[in-house]
Amino acid sequence: MMAHLILRVTIKLLFAPIIIFALYVQFHGDYGPGGGFQAGVIFAAAFVLHALGFGIDETKKVLPPKVLPWLMVIGVLFYAGTGVATLLLGENFLDYDILQPDSHHHAGQHIGIILVELGVGIAVASTMLTIFYHFAGREPEIRDEDW
Amino acid sequence: MAIPGLEQLPVLPVVIPLVAAPLTLLMKPGRAPWAWATLVSWVTFVTTLLLLEGVWVNGPIEYAMGGWGAPDGMTAPLGITYYIDLANALVLTLVAGIASVVFPYAYYSVESEIDHRQTPAFYTALLICFTGLLGVTITGDAFNVFVFLEISSLSTYALVAMGARNDRRALTASFNYLVMGTIGATFFVIGIGLLYQATGTLNMLDLHQQLMGQSNRMVEAGFAFIITGIGLKLAMVPLHLWLPNAYCYAPSAISAFLAATATKVQVYIILRFMFTVFGFEFAFLDVALNAFIILGIAGMFYASFVAVFRDNVKQMLAYSSIAQIGYMLLGISFGTVDGVAASLIHVFNHALMKAALFMGVGCVVLRIGYSNFSAFNGLAKRMPWTAWGLIISGLSLVGVPLTVGFISKWKLMEAAFQTQTIIPPLLIVLLIGASSLLAAIYIGRLAYAMLLQPVPEDAEPVKEAPHLMRITMWIMVLANIWFFFQTDVTVGVATRAAQALLDTGLGYGGAY
Repeated sequence: MMAHLILRVTIKLLFAPIIIFALYVQFHGDYGPGGGFQAGVIFAAAFVLHALGFGIDETKKVLPPKVLPWLMVIGVLFYAGTGVATLLLGENFLDYDILQPDSHHHAGQHIGIILVELGVGIAVASTMLTIFYHFAGREPEIRDEDW
Repeated sequence: MAIPGLEQLPVLPVVIPLVAAPLTLLMKPGRAPWAWATLVSWVTFVTTLLLLEGVWVNGPIEYAMGGWGAPDGMTAPLGITYYIDLANALVLTLVAGIASVVFPYAYYSVESEIDHRQTPAFYTALLICFTGLLGVTITGDAFNVFVFLEISSLSTYALVAMGARNDRRALTASFNYLVMGTIGATFFVIGIGLLYQATGTLNMLDLHQQLMGQSNRMVEAGFAFIITGIGLKLAMVPLHLWLPNAYCYAPSAISAFLAATATKVQVYIILRFMFTVFGFEFAFLDVALNAFIILGIAGMFYASFVAVFRDNVKQMLAYSSIAQIGYMLLGISFGTVDGVAASLIHVFNHALMKAALFMGVGCVVLRIGYSNFSAFNGLAKRMPWTAWGLIISGLSLVGVPLTVGFISKWKLMEAAFQTQTIIPPLLIVLLIGASSLLAAIYIGRLAYAMLLQPVPEDAEPVKEAPHLMRITMWIMVLANIWFFFQTDVTVGVATRAAQALLDTGLGYGGAY
């Protein structure tokens, strides 16, 4: 238990800043460099680091694998749903201006891109973690039903 | 809240399956994901039919994604546009139509070939693949083609690999396909990058405008990369090695869906890039046309010849698909309205034949368990509906009158007579006839096994395939006969589509 003490304490210290940095990249994405893809990967990296230090089983307790398909679906639906919302409001697919039509400085564009990037971020983070869980948690011999 | 009107129609064929796909993942394994996917394919089919009708009546439709159309005083749009003319409306309708028949067919076949718990993931991947194929076809933006191409390809790799429960060779087949497909996609995107460097635009019609008069090494290299990349995805003859195993070991429903749609969409991309983006002003085009005539004829003979000796019927049909792509390339290589129309007609007709054939083989795999020739011995007595469906669609593949195959070959020969190429027209016509004879041999071999071979004595009695599979298969078989009589749909639309493509290629009309 005490073998990786320094590593584990460091990981605990780093975990929160990595998540905060992911969120910064996420919500900074509409003004500057960044966005959902990068943020999603950084977000997932925090959990990968946790799994490296504490073992995959501990990480699965923090973020159960069952939740991940839901997050993937929610992510994609956030993206597509924003488009469908603009359709239903009577404009072209992903025409964000309709979300805030009276704004003079294109507030609708900001709202729209944040929603879309949020969807991308959630989908990317959960997909990265799913891939990691599957590789890391791979059983030595695959059962026949898994094919 | 406004109900989206007809002006939003162009985006619906992509958005409906895109939104439906993730929802499928959350459903309970079993009937729900299948029923949902089927419903989605039907709704999408209706939207594509409406689009085809709209384009037929009112001419090309343009749709600016996110409202990023052309600003005042400019002609080219800022963002991604969907551009639908008859050529892609025809392919869209074809893809959605095939999906709306193959998806219902899939139920029993998938239940027997794929682990029950994986069915939601299977239908999700299927819908994503469907989205990608429609997106490739509908978009008017060169880079967007690449994005949708990857969406459809990545899900296809997963779908092919799902055949591993029956035969683990599906895994290597899928991996081969992944490597080759990725190389193809990379070549394609390198080509797009070079064009972007040369012109500063990605919109297809704008590219056409900007490329006029430009003929330097960079543009030529871009063209070569694009044609080679798509040639890989298309399984053009020296680049076809991934296809036979991928179609052979994939789940039966996937073989039917891919054989009827995936390569057809690639043919459309070739047409679009050759004639809409580059056009005849581009001197290098002739090199590609001459290459296509050689590769097309080589494919017609080589692949048909290999097909004659295959022991697995699915693999035989896969090789036959490669041979049929030869016909399509031959049609394109004439560079005339008739030739391109013949190519589009064959795209449509071959999709009908191959869907019916692979669906028939799927019925056999379901009941007998494998698809080697020995499974087909005496099939006409054991499963008469399936056997006769296979025979009729097989005759269509050969090109016998009263089936659509005849229309394809007829139009192709007619086009060949009116062209001046490096090979004399009469020789081309004779070669088309000769390669049809090879098709007659391998279909004849199948028919011989089904009709004249005795049922193996130790064979357990088998039932016919379930009604659902038989009915959907016969819809495709009857379509093979129906479109022989209703040629307005195929020949009429394809000829006008080819006319529009070549008009843009020659530099009048169409472009901004």
